[in-house]
Amino acid sequence: MQLTLEFGGGLELLCDSKKIHNVNVEIQNGEDKLTMKDLLSWVRTNLIKERPEMFMKGDTVRPGVLVLVNDCDWELSGQLNTSLEEKDVVVFISTLHGG
Amino acid sequence: MEQERERNGRLCCLCSGRAALRRPKTLQQLCRECFFRVFEDEIHQVIVSNGLFTRGERVAIGASGGKDSTVLAYVLAKLNQTHDYGLHLFLLSVDEGITGYRDDSLETVHRNQIQYGLPLKVVSYKDLYGWTMDEIVATIGKKNNCTFCGVFRRQALDRGAALLKVDKLVTGHNADDIAETVLLNILRGDIARLSRCTSITTGEDGPIPRCKPFKYTYEKEIVMYAYFKRLDYFSTECIYSPNAYRGFAREFIKDLERLRPRAVLDIIRSGENFRISTTAKMPEQGTCERCGYISSQKWCKACVLLDGLNRGLPKLGIGRSHGVIGASRDRNERNGGKTIESKQCGTLDF
Ligand SMILES: [Zn+2]
Ligand SMILES: [Zn+2]
Ligand SMILES: [Zn+2]
Repeated sequence: MQLTLEFGGGLELLCDSKKIHNVNVEIQNGEDKLTMKDLLSWVRTNLIKERPEMFMKGDTVRPGVLVLVNDCDWELSGQLNTSLEEKDVVVFISTLHGG
Repeated sequence: MEQERERNGRLCCLCSGRAALRRPKTLQQLCRECFFRVFEDEIHQVIVSNGLFTRGERVAIGASGGKDSTVLAYVLAKLNQTHDYGLHLFLLSVDEGITGYRDDSLETVHRNQIQYGLPLKVVSYKDLYGWTMDEIVATIGKKNNCTFCGVFRRQALDRGAALLKVDKLVTGHNADDIAETVLLNILRGDIARLSRCTSITTGEDGPIPRCKPFKYTYEKEIVMYAYFKRLDYFSTECIYSPNAYRGFAREFIKDLERLRPRAVLDIIRSGENFRISTTAKMPEQGTCERCGYISSQKWCKACVLLDGLNRGLPKLGIGRSHGVIGASRDRNERNGGKTIESKQCGTLDF
């Protein structure tokens, strides 16, 4: 599945200082869809190069990291249960960096 | 098609457009346009109901190039126009002299100056104190440098404000910052700071009053506003406190907020309800004999630190007790300052 991932608010520093990543994420065998939960574990394994604790806590994002799926707050779409579709744009923004 | 409807079916509770976010403060789901309006209206209400400004005043916005001060500059400029406050607004930035950090964030402020049409004044540590942060760190090492950063920055903002001849200085401290500070002051048992840190305006007895129009504004909403408006801000950490982000108090606030977003406002309210008792001793305010800055001691903290630097004794002034109010803070600094310290470089030190 082709997705566009965008990291901002300092999170880009955790993935080679690159803000926009066009990625191809495979749906796991036996699953019929890709959820945000699957995507987060994929990102952690494949994109985050340092200090993963700045991005994740447990199986979700660290509190203070905002997530938008197609420019919509993931709190409106079920957070980890949000299911993703081809060409979706997922944005992660840290609120934890300087003011 | 069914799924499409389910995914995009959340409606704005004010206009039935497509909802873009859930507000932490009220749990309302709002579309972008309604969110912009509600966000700006609330800040306008805070400004009006607290009488923060008077027509004709000159107001400096402490601008770091970060998210809070960038959104504050944008919103204040907008409200000043739409509600005709009649304010003269300025951007005021401090150049600590940190290569690769402040020079980049200052570029952001320079762009903001043009984008928002606000005149900018930059005051530098080098001009004010004769030392850049890079030079200070080269002398004292990386320990304790946030003591210098905090003390120097606070005074630099006041001096810049005096140069601009402003009546007030506004800063971008938000509700999450204030809740965090309340918590830290409770843990430190610092009653004087506890009651002061929730005041929307401080320093009315000093040279230039400071106020915090974002006192009730959630960090999430500030960042969402900046994102949806595509505001240009800078978000790299200070290279002299890498990984510091914020300490456990911040972590705790964010964990609480996830469980119950109202908790942030409740903590601010609880801080407001602590009224300073008459037995707690406040230091008498005088002026520094050396530089004339407001100080409860013979010399202000910046002059003590500078004196140490210039005499090659940079440890001077770090961790020394300065009477009742400063005592718990100094003790904390002596212990390395990292135990319950959080937002770096004294930016939380109202
Ligand atoms: Zn709406
Ligand atoms: Zn002085
Ligand atoms: Zn610093």
